[in-house]
Amino acid sequence: MTSTPASGRALIPALLLLLALAFWLALALGPLSLPLGDSLRALLRLAGLPLEGGDLAQAELIIGQIRLPRALLALVVGAVLALCGVAMQGLFRNPLADPGLVGVSSGAALGAALAIVGGALLGGPPAWLVPWLLSACAFAGGLGVTALVYRLGRRDGQTSVATMLLAGIALSALAGAGIGLFSYLADDATLRTLTFWNLGSLNGASYARLWPLLLVGCGVALWLPRRATALNALLLGESEARHLGFEVERLKRELVLCTALGVGAAVAAAGMIGFVGLVVPHLVRLLTGPDHRRLLPAAALAGASLLLLADLAARLLLAPAELPIGTLTALLGAPFFLYLLLRERF
Amino acid sequence: MLRAEQLAVRRGSCTVLADIDLTLQPGEVFGVLGPNGAGKSTLLGALSGELLPAHGRVLLDGRDLAAWPGRERACRLAVLPQSSTLGFAFRVEQVVAMGRLPHASGQQHDGEIVAEALAAADASHLAGRSYLALSGGERQRVHLARILAQLWPGAAGQVLLLDEPTSMLDPLHQHSILQVVEALAARGVAVLVILHDLNLAARYCDRLLLLQRGRVHALGSPEQVLQCAPLRAVFGLEVLVQRHPERGHPLIIAR
Repeated sequence: MTSTPASGRALIPALLLLLALAFWLALALGPLSLPLGDSLRALLRLAGLPLEGGDLAQAELIIGQIRLPRALLALVVGAVLALCGVAMQGLFRNPLADPGLVGVSSGAALGAALAIVGGALLGGPPAWLVPWLLSACAFAGGLGVTALVYRLGRRDGQTSVATMLLAGIALSALAGAGIGLFSYLADDATLRTLTFWNLGSLNGASYARLWPLLLVGCGVALWLPRRATALNALLLGESEARHLGFEVERLKRELVLCTALGVGAAVAAAGMIGFVGLVVPHLVRLLTGPDHRRLLPAAALAGASLLLLADLAARLLLAPAELPIGTLTALLGAPFFLYLLLRERF
Repeated sequence: MLRAEQLAVRRGSCTVLADIDLTLQPGEVFGVLGPNGAGKSTLLGALSGELLPAHGRVLLDGRDLAAWPGRERACRLAVLPQSSTLGFAFRVEQVVAMGRLPHASGQQHDGEIVAEALAAADASHLAGRSYLALSGGERQRVHLARILAQLWPGAAGQVLLLDEPTSMLDPLHQHSILQVVEALAARGVAVLVILHDLNLAARYCDRLLLLQRGRVHALGSPEQVLQCAPLRAVFGLEVLVQRHPERGHPLIIAR
């Protein structure tokens, strides 16, 4: 699992190139495919560059209104989920940990179900409020459940990771029961919304959904790399990290908060997209080794690229219909998880 | 200099360590002996600040352990735990380099120290390999190199706490590792080491503490502590104590 310095140095530029390519394809391809050159020129014009060419109006409209916010959303969601996956695997010192483990995903899902079904039962909030309400509830649900898991895992001023993990499983099950109840109460139309949202989808991306996520995403992406060496030390063990001079309790608190914010915001914007936080850190670790100073930026780039490509596949495979992207990532991720489990055993 | 005053540690309602008074002097190797469950690791935990004392206090340089800023403390006090749970494929030199994290001594200088620490722990040939591919004894030596790198080159005022550093090592490395520890003490580091092998303790320690059920049973030089009566009382073991024919320290033989 060692990598030569040369291939290590080339990895970040290679991932940047992959991301640029995936982004470009996401803008150009769709039910109405645009020539690659046109989509690039339209993007540059949207960015304010005075390029000539009167035939770009349609491309500009499609890209500016539909594909650009969607691509940006995919990019940020992918990067945030991958970064939070790295943080969770570092916190639990286990490469099989996933942001879903601390309950943040199911908490967010419960919040969203409350917003969707509760809103419908109360006669429906005004249309402009719906995405905001959904986001806020999902976000609050994720943060709430994570805080509860964290409190349950804490005893005598110490946080027990094993207890947190088990509490996360229990609260996830409880949140699942709550979602089931809301599904039972829902009428057919709300049930459909709920189902699609639970499967995860970037459909209906808008700038309004993008901004809060972008804010949280930037925070996570700027803050986590500052804790890269502390995360490395944490992999040795909690007391070892403490003996190396790190404030482990504070670090763990920060990691939990960071994941709750990041995953909560991602789930609020795009629904439950599973396994990105598990698979991406794993694959990247195979290339970079476990050193977080290189793992974190590489995982962010790889996660963004993966979700852009997965969304592209979700849009194109059954066009003009769309696969929920959560189904696609689970379809790829679950067998990969099993493979990891079996590889550990034999 | 590390000092414990009237130290007591509780786990739940059970007192697992009580009335411990000891001072680790610069330059000495202080051995801790006792049967399983006597409180050796608890003592090490309390001395390293990992366990909070129910009573009494632990002072590093006259200042309460908890009052030290983490980084400064890490430059003065290093701890080798009994076993490590590292489950990620770091390369050996990356693991050892983590010992340099509390210091800000520059990448090049750190690289030299890592190489020297690896050589001291007789683990130079492991450099470049994945930690996960190593055997238990090799891992133990890599962690020892990490701890050595943390205190390198060793000076008065520093403290090293070792929890059974030789438990997984072959006979040659049991001696070579304890010789490295001895050399570190010669540079002024105060060393506390938990051992199970009475003869290793007799050979390498300046002072010995015999623990029984969380209390001091005997504390003194190897000649004072390694006698038939205390060993029978604490371990329930009948022994002959003779002199090492070349070195003169006690030699313990089970009857």
